Amino acid sequence: MSIDLKTIKHISKLSRISVDEQRAKKLVGDLNSIFDFIEKLNELKTENVKPLTSIAETTLKLRSDEVQSRNIREQIIKNSPQDNEDYFVVPKVIE
Amino acid sequence: MSDITKRSLTELVESIKNKKLSSSEVTKAFIERSEKSRVLNAFITEDFTSALDKAKKFDQKPNLNLKLPGIPMAVKDLFCTKNVKTTAGSKILNNFVPTYESTVTENIWSEGAILLGKLNCDEFAMGSSNETSFFGNVQNPIDKNLVPGGSSGGSASAVAAQLTPITIGTDTGGSIRQPASFTGTVGLKPTYGSCSRYGIVAFASSLDQAGPMAQNVKDCALLQEVISSFDTKDSTSIDFKRSHYSKDLTNNIKGKKIGIPKEYRVDGMPKEIEDLWQKGIEYVRDCGAEIINISLPHTSYALPTYYIVAPAEASSNLARYDGVKYGYRANGENLIDMYEKTRSEGFGAEVQRRIMIGTYVLSSGYYDAYYLKAQKVRRLIKNDFDEAYKKVDAILTPSTPSAAFKIGEKTNDPVSMYLNDIFTVPVNLAGLPGISIPAGHDTKGYPLGLQIIGKAFDEQNILNIAYAMEEKINFKNKITDWWIK
Repeated sequence: MSIDLKTIKHISKLSRISVDEQRAKKLVGDLNSIFDFIEKLNELKTENVKPLTSIAETTLKLRSDEVQSRNIREQIIKNSPQDNEDYFVVPKVIE
Repeated sequence: MSDITKRSLTELVESIKNKKLSSSEVTKAFIERSEKSRVLNAFITEDFTSALDKAKKFDQKPNLNLKLPGIPMAVKDLFCTKNVKTTAGSKILNNFVPTYESTVTENIWSEGAILLGKLNCDEFAMGSSNETSFFGNVQNPIDKNLVPGGSSGGSASAVAAQLTPITIGTDTGGSIRQPASFTGTVGLKPTYGSCSRYGIVAFASSLDQAGPMAQNVKDCALLQEVISSFDTKDSTSIDFKRSHYSKDLTNNIKGKKIGIPKEYRVDGMPKEIEDLWQKGIEYVRDCGAEIINISLPHTSYALPTYYIVAPAEASSNLARYDGVKYGYRANGENLIDMYEKTRSEGFGAEVQRRIMIGTYVLSSGYYDAYYLKAQKVRRLIKNDFDEAYKKVDAILTPSTPSAAFKIGEKTNDPVSMYLNDIFTVPVNLAGLPGISIPAGHDTKGYPLGLQIIGKAFDEQNILNIAYAMEEKINFKNKITDWWIK
């Protein structure tokens, strides 16, 4: 199986990472060498193996829905790249 | 004054408790040495002025009952520290100041320790040489232009160079144990669920664990005792009875059964690693432990499994960096364009590569072939360990397939870089504790480490084995202070 330029462009779109032509070409090489290495898993028969989804087999615990951090709005807004005092600002989304 | 930084954590704690040294004296000594060691590039953020203030405050009203009374400590810049910039080694978090503290660092400060600063690491902990950091390479104090390992490279370099008495790192596939091995220090990756992940910048959530990096096993045990706690803020934190790791530390390992897995004898393994392993086997035998040959048949599948599971989880975790609420933002013509440019300019090449691998293996049509397949093989890898632990108490292996390499030596070939973690990755996949201890030198005088892998929640046992071995090995790090003019 090999990954071509078209696939790279598709993944780049899904990942929301823009890549130019030159970088896309480099990624074709990189990802193919990584996937060649990953293909080794196909040597194993796993039809009857249960997938391991979590190593800590615990059930999610519930806790009461209480506010623990208060009065941090200003600090949080301060971390934003662009704000309007009370809001995060993004490029216009509605025409 | 100058010899203060040469002392171990345990010695410093004792000196402060006996009032032979004040927190201010200790803090000042580490700051002075750190200032002379900027060439190493171990720090991303120095918090020295504030550290001195805190030390002064501590000395005015010292609480000597604490486990880390007035001890200065720098931490990996992957732990969120309240009001102190936290970057994860990335441009995308270059200006991020958390409003909260990670549980692990909170545990450390509440035992009396003082933040010295934030240590360099691979971007989002993705790397094995600290070369993916936005803030530049870190020098290994062992030799010029030598990588300190990664991703906790700044942490390893800082402990080895005595810029901090002890530190914490994080380990997703070997990021504590491999740099510990490369710098002649001790690094413990605890059992998954032992240390809270709350407030640690996430990489691969089913694998990430925080752990101590130290000059010796006793110091390591003491810090593990402080950072391991049950935390309701981390849904995978486990409520088990935690041992008093440092108080219960013993070098008596008589009758312990130590497994030697034949699959770790990989093709092309340098003879010096093979010899080191053999020496390690003799040391534990000398301590009265019994050596048992075991098999972990799926070992060679661990790395391919890891390079599906970890990028998949990373692609999901790193979706949050969109330039809206915090971090770097690039200008775009519209919202989508802004996202795409922000992530393209904000993430480095390795992080982008891993996000794209992860996105691909989770994408429609490929999920079963890759992600599901990897989760199944992960089960087989865990089963191997379960089987082995019916016969043995712990497993002894080399920590890495080679000693530290030069900066730039492996950056062009991602797969050869990934192979660094061949002995450490299976431990994360199975959620087990593993410790790397310095055990010898290669022909160039670079340190080499041995790894002891334990049963889940059996940190005490591997610490004890490490402690007993440390005594026999009597390792001396060869550091010349070449970077200090």
